[in-house]
Amino acid sequence: MNFMKWRWLYFAISLVVIIPGMVSLILFGMKPAIDFTGGSLLEVRFNQISEKSSLSYSSLKDKLSEIYELDAIQQSGENQIILRGKHLNNEQKNLILEILSDNYGSIEERRFEAVGPSLGRELLTKTLIGVVIAAGLIMIYVWIQFNELKYGVSAILAMLHDSMVLLGVFSLLGYFYGIEVDILFVTALLTTLSFSVHDTIVVYDRIRELRGKYSKYSLVSLINTAVTETLSRSINNSVTIIIMLAALAMLGGETIRWFAVALLIGAVTGTYSSTFTAAPLLLLWEDVAKFIKQKRK
Amino acid sequence: MSHNLRIFLFIIVLTVISLYISLPSNIPIHLSLFGKQINQEILVPSFDVTIFGKRIQKEFKLKKGLDIQGGMQVVLKAKMNEIAAEDRETAIESAKEVILRRVDLYGINEPSVITSKMGEEYRLLIDLPGVSDPNQALQLVGTTAQLDFRLQNLDLATPEATYSAIAFFNQFERTNLTGKQLKRALVQFDPQTNEPVIALEFDDEGRKLFGELTKQNVGKVLAIFLDDMPIAMPKINSAILDGRAIMTGGFDLEEAKQTAIQLNAGALPIPIEIIEQRQLGASLGQAAVEKSVIAGLIGIGLVMIFMILLYGWKGLIADLALLVYGILTIAVYKVIGVTLTLPGIAGMLLTIGMAVDANILIFERMKEELRLGKPWKRAMELGFGRAWDSIKDANIATIMTALVLINPLDFSFLNTSGMVKGFGVTLFIGVLLGLFTGVVVTRTLMRVFLKDPGGSK
Repeated sequence: MNFMKWRWLYFAISLVVIIPGMVSLILFGMKPAIDFTGGSLLEVRFNQISEKSSLSYSSLKDKLSEIYELDAIQQSGENQIILRGKHLNNEQKNLILEILSDNYGSIEERRFEAVGPSLGRELLTKTLIGVVIAAGLIMIYVWIQFNELKYGVSAILAMLHDSMVLLGVFSLLGYFYGIEVDILFVTALLTTLSFSVHDTIVVYDRIRELRGKYSKYSLVSLINTAVTETLSRSINNSVTIIIMLAALAMLGGETIRWFAVALLIGAVTGTYSSTFTAAPLLLLWEDVAKFIKQKRK
Repeated sequence: MSHNLRIFLFIIVLTVISLYISLPSNIPIHLSLFGKQINQEILVPSFDVTIFGKRIQKEFKLKKGLDIQGGMQVVLKAKMNEIAAEDRETAIESAKEVILRRVDLYGINEPSVITSKMGEEYRLLIDLPGVSDPNQALQLVGTTAQLDFRLQNLDLATPEATYSAIAFFNQFERTNLTGKQLKRALVQFDPQTNEPVIALEFDDEGRKLFGELTKQNVGKVLAIFLDDMPIAMPKINSAILDGRAIMTGGFDLEEAKQTAIQLNAGALPIPIEIIEQRQLGASLGQAAVEKSVIAGLIGIGLVMIFMILLYGWKGLIADLALLVYGILTIAVYKVIGVTLTLPGIAGMLLTIGMAVDANILIFERMKEELRLGKPWKRAMELGFGRAWDSIKDANIATIMTALVLINPLDFSFLNTSGMVKGFGVTLFIGVLLGLFTGVVVTRTLMRVFLKDPGGSK
């Protein structure tokens, strides 16, 4: 099948997905969790909320305002809320719990996290280093594997494509739904990088194999054949991964839901990009190279 | 016996052993069947045999991470301003030892205290599983060690002192000498007997106090207490006026080191500051695990159905291999002691989706070879052979990423968070086992069970 005939369409689809995300990333940025910024998170469950004394966030805010700079109150279940704010020490937390139980009856402390600001910055540096090292290793590996600049660069561009999709989507999710990026998001990003090259390598491997067999054919028809032959495998394989991740995202509980969603987005874009970004990029490279040659002449 | 059958038997034996390891030691069954309530526990026979003089016991357990079993995690920053640079390593080690001692006494199971150095900053990362009272736990880890010297006064000894520890401790009277006047403690070797001894070095004030104490109390016991518990009970043999004491007393090297570390905890007390605190209720993690397990089972079921729909009998073989994969995975987790965290479970489920990838690559390759007119047997072997290159190349990237996440060499510039590590470890194990079951197990099962559906050669 002549898949490559539609290559501009594939690039256009990518741009439609990437551009809104990138705009959001530039305008709104991401919503970092306390892992990165430092701060506190306190999840409490109210055991005795009756209809009369129903919780109102504004009154809650008033009551805590003297000791605590609240950033957000969030419902996290029935009679259960999460308070987010500045870094707290244990005494301050106890004070908050006291105020809450004085006003609303018996409460249960479900979760408390407090991260100092310096630690948050440090984690940010560490994760950035981690991303750079992983991306660097994969880059070197692809380079060695394919021994030809255009394969290496195209595989890496596809990887970049996938990272931008994921970052963009989470920037939008952060802006509209308040989804935060935490350390697990970065983990998902790294895993996405490996998904991305995983599939790309399968496609490129096939192109290389065909090139060896049918050296007379043009690159376009080689790529078309390779894509045709690997597409069903790519899709079938992604389906199994997507089944697992979708089950996890829908049923797996709050703690890892967004982690699963991030992995899911990574798996989808990774599959798409290896066939519809990495392969056509090879052709684009060829076209540009030809164009430059003609100009020089 | 043919080569294939041998591998087949090996796989079966491996699976049975793994199944045995991966089963929990009792399986509670609560069912309601035809209106009857069934409440029973299946006890998996335990395993305790001696082979060639070695005792082999089944005591593999899945370790649960803090996010699953609940508990508390604290990061402490050690303020080293007042400690001389050369003593800092000793000081942080001692602080760690003191905290471990306290949480042990408090009765916390499997606490973990890790020291780390970030730039010039020394830190203690403390995991306290199962702690439900954070205030008390913080008191345990957050206070500086108190060391003091106490003189035995036999007049205070009561008859209970022989069997009651508290009464026994009560016969020691506090002196003015404390950890403050102790400069450091070192392990040395007695030049005559070559036995390890502990050398104590006092500052000027300590030298005077210690000199006086030893002069007046020769023959008595001058016990050393850390956090109100005795760590050494040396007897004063003679007056020591130069502020340098040697404790002998038949400890082995390990004991001597241990005691010196504890002494230094008092000699080099470091003020600490809590820079991170996380605590999780156990119910939260447990609920999340149950949800993840259900999600996982549904996912696996769907993947299996998908494979059968797509590839028929071959799909069923791949599903069998997937079951083997699941059993091996849990066994490996138990044997090497992987600490299971929620992201780790996510990683495990993810790798289940990835494990069939090798099968799909191979089966698709087979289809192509069949389309080219190759006989079935030949197409199968070619499928495995040709797909292997892609499988291998493609999985290396995942392995590299997993290694960056695990950070096995503990580079301080990389992440050390338990959650990320947990995910990395399960991803790493998953990819390797997936290669094994996806290629070796599936191929063997196919060679043994599947015949050419067309009937021709």
